[in-house]
Amino acid sequence: MKATVHVMLKNGVLDPQGEAVRHALGSLGFNGVEGVRQGKVIELDLADGTSEADVRQMCEKLLANTVIERYTVELS
Amino acid sequence: MHAAVTVFPGSNCDRDLKVAFEQAGFKVSMVWHKDTELPKGVDVVGVPGGFSFGDYLRCGAIAANAPICKALVAHAERGGYVLGICNGFQVLTETRLLPGALMRNANLKFICKSVDLVVETPDSAFTAGYGRGQVLSIPVAHHDGNYVADEATLDRLEGDNRVAFRYAQDINGAARRIAGVMSENRRVLGLMPHPERAADPAHGSVDGRQMFASLAAGLVAA
Repeated sequence: MKATVHVMLKNGVLDPQGEAVRHALGSLGFNGVEGVRQGKVIELDLADGTSEADVRQMCEKLLANTVIERYTVELS
Repeated sequence: MHAAVTVFPGSNCDRDLKVAFEQAGFKVSMVWHKDTELPKGVDVVGVPGGFSFGDYLRCGAIAANAPICKALVAHAERGGYVLGICNGFQVLTETRLLPGALMRNANLKFICKSVDLVVETPDSAFTAGYGRGQVLSIPVAHHDGNYVADEATLDRLEGDNRVAFRYAQDINGAARRIAGVMSENRRVLGLMPHPERAADPAHGSVDGRQMFASLAAGLVAA
């Protein structure tokens, strides 16, 4: 089984890298890009039987810093 | 007086930190990240600058979960002293011994220069040798030194006088120009600037030396 973890900065935490990407898109002529937020996608190959709760623990302990980041978990 | 300096793969200020502790009179033990215990009788643990584990995932995140950091957290919880510099500060926020987090510099540039650093409080073993408002010349060298915490945390840090140092000018976008913060018991200090790189006349500044000397003097008195 696989899990996909999305880690994004929390709303309200300024994302300097996202802002730089937004500026770069503007200078390439892509008008109308009003905001860019950059995050991470982490794919995990898991032994069968690993629970969503286990993956959430991985996020809390290591994959995300919940001071500044939020995460979502999808199992497939 | 006994100091331990943690060493992770990618640490690169560990030996400079050792020299700074030694100049202040400490016996220094280097401890490898896979070690599970600190040497007996350690008074202070230094967490050095560098790029532990290649800064993978987030700066300091993997180091914060290394075996030695369990011993480090236990040492802090017993009331032991901890000094985290640069990547060491990032490690201490990742262990949650210190509040907040260090994000990418607001201008996205790696900043490597001497900066004016304002001492916000002499009320700690690390800063007792400085005066409030004293301006130090100390180098910074970081890509991720932009301190963030929620407004309530920032208010609490300021209210409890736990902001140890501020940048005289905004260099990296850090909230309220915060360069270093302390734990509630004032025995864990994390800061982005490098006092160990301003500890010898050959460095061009000796303004950082007093931090190690103060800590030593405090331990002798205790």
